[in-house]
Amino acid sequence: MAQSHHTTDHSDHVGHAPAHHEASLTAYFVVFFALMVFTVLTVAASRVNLGVWNTPLALAIAVTKAVMVILWFMHVIHSPRMTWIVIISSFLWLGVMFVLIFSDYLTRAFNIF
Amino acid sequence: MTTTTIDEAPFIEPSTTAKRNYINDEYGVMSWLLTRDHKRIAILYMISVTALFFVGGFFAFMMRLELLTPEGDLFTSDTYNKFFTLHGIVMIFFFLIPAIPAVLGNFILPIMLGAKDLAFPRINLLSWYIYMIGAIFGIYVIVTGGVDTGWTFYTPFSTQYSNTHVFATTMGAFITGFSSILTGLNFIVTVHRMRAPGLTWFRLPLFVWSMYATSVVMLLATPVLAITLALLMIERVLSVGIFDPALGGDPLLYQHLFWFYSHPAVYIMILPGMAVISELVAAFTRKKIFGYKFVAFSSLAIAFLGFLVWAHHMFVAGISVYSALVFSFLTMFVAVPSAIKVFNWTATMYKASVSWQTPMLYVLGFIGLFTIGGVTGLFLAALGVDVHVHDSYFVVAHFHYIMVGGTVMAYLGGIHYWWPKITGRMYPEWWARLSALLVFVGFNLTFFPQFLVGYVGMPRRYHAYAPEFQVLNVLSTAGATVLAAGYLLPMIYLAWSLKFGRRAGVNPWGAVGLEWATSSPPPKENFHETPVVTWDAYDYPAFLKAMKETQNV
Ligand SMILES: [Cu+2]
Repeated sequence: MAQSHHTTDHSDHVGHAPAHHEASLTAYFVVFFALMVFTVLTVAASRVNLGVWNTPLALAIAVTKAVMVILWFMHVIHSPRMTWIVIISSFLWLGVMFVLIFSDYLTRAFNIF
Repeated sequence: MTTTTIDEAPFIEPSTTAKRNYINDEYGVMSWLLTRDHKRIAILYMISVTALFFVGGFFAFMMRLELLTPEGDLFTSDTYNKFFTLHGIVMIFFFLIPAIPAVLGNFILPIMLGAKDLAFPRINLLSWYIYMIGAIFGIYVIVTGGVDTGWTFYTPFSTQYSNTHVFATTMGAFITGFSSILTGLNFIVTVHRMRAPGLTWFRLPLFVWSMYATSVVMLLATPVLAITLALLMIERVLSVGIFDPALGGDPLLYQHLFWFYSHPAVYIMILPGMAVISELVAAFTRKKIFGYKFVAFSSLAIAFLGFLVWAHHMFVAGISVYSALVFSFLTMFVAVPSAIKVFNWTATMYKASVSWQTPMLYVLGFIGLFTIGGVTGLFLAALGVDVHVHDSYFVVAHFHYIMVGGTVMAYLGGIHYWWPKITGRMYPEWWARLSALLVFVGFNLTFFPQFLVGYVGMPRRYHAYAPEFQVLNVLSTAGATVLAAGYLLPMIYLAWSLKFGRRAGVNPWGAVGLEWATSSPPPKENFHETPVVTWDAYDYPAFLKAMKETQNV
């Protein structure tokens, strides 16, 4: 409990993971290549009409790409647990916003009285 | 309970101000404008928010003058629209949001943690500059003709019809938002990383818990405001259809996004007030706060629940009935943690030997007024009542009880309480009590009639009204005059005290907390040696014992 970090104590500062934890150059290239593949996929998917699945598919590709950027390019995969908590709670908040806004938009047709 | 009274409190060293402190450490304008010292940045903020408070107050007073008579005889309706808009924008974005965190939080939080500064001193200074740039936009708008959208910038009026300075105003609010994001970030990192040895989470003063909860809200809500205002500017300038139905947009989307920030923003304003009140109650009852953990966690609960209730501002705007029910229900929940705080403060006072210095008078004012504001908030959360009183003066009275009766009272209480620490001088007690009394009486006289006149149907945002509402409006304007006197008085006696006030010792109130273990005003680095905390929050005997042993940590 009693963490006693003080101003002068910068040895284990948040967000500065020690060097040996950093992703290798290969990982960056692999992720970059994957992102390129997904970009091509986005364009390709836009040319096929999947009906109601158009939007979900586009969003699924976008989310996958975003996750890759967050995990590798933003170094989250090698970050301390506190960083994970911050990121997960941010998305949780975004979820709250979406769910409650849709509690309005999706229920306008309900006739409960 | 300890029997120490204020008079026999230890460590009153009248000569402490003779030493080097953060004020006399360096001289010159640049030593202030380029400072990285959290205490000096707090002073910069104090001067700026006070100036803008009186700008906002000026518009309020002009409105009250117009409303003295039922006829719209003093200003045109357009001018009146601009006045209530500017009053709201200046008070909310440039005073209430930054006031307690950026002034008292900046000054006291690092000292309470036993730290030399905030985690990111340069970012702290940057946040003040960002605030000032936003404020310059605000001043520019005021000088060049104003804005008339209301502080909420509702579309489609703001994007399609208003021919006032909507762009510059939203730009100002957009920019200022980043200063509160940076403050919130700075506080969170500081609380996590820079606590003194021995200062565990559950030994933290409740001020820190509440400020931490505020910071979380600042960090998670403010970006949504930035995005919303950016979308508004894009639609207004480039005619991209986001909120305008004619272009394929949705006007309710604007309100959803705006209130996703602006309801939590109410908690950015009131949680710091609660932070101050917890400290003041402990100091002037000389007791541990009753139910420390409940009060601590209620701050986090308020921060979380505050995000789930925003559409109670939109009950009559056209949201689905189902959604209105959900939000009405959820809104009721926020009352629980707020009530926990009020009951626990009251329970702390029970059988305590309360001393009635000015900060404690503000505490009593806060508890009473915040409770009225909170309970009328529940009236408004009830769907049926809200439909009846929506857009009436009842709503105006309700949120002024929270924001002025709550936040401003707490801010003034905090300013008086920490004034000896900030300046090294005591304020004149008699004048301060008089001003606290004027604020309390003036406030109630201004806003209580508005509950009544709103309930019987006077709508807000009009410069003319039906003659039968006049009596209550005259009372309200009279109250505003008293309130103005109550706000101007501290300007005079606090300025006077800078030179003529009695010198304050290390711990003039005999209170518990690290800020009372360093000299007044504190040295630039806050503590000459890193303090070691061996006492729980508000544990008087343990704190006094530790002070005796270490003789000035
Ligand atoms: Cu609200």
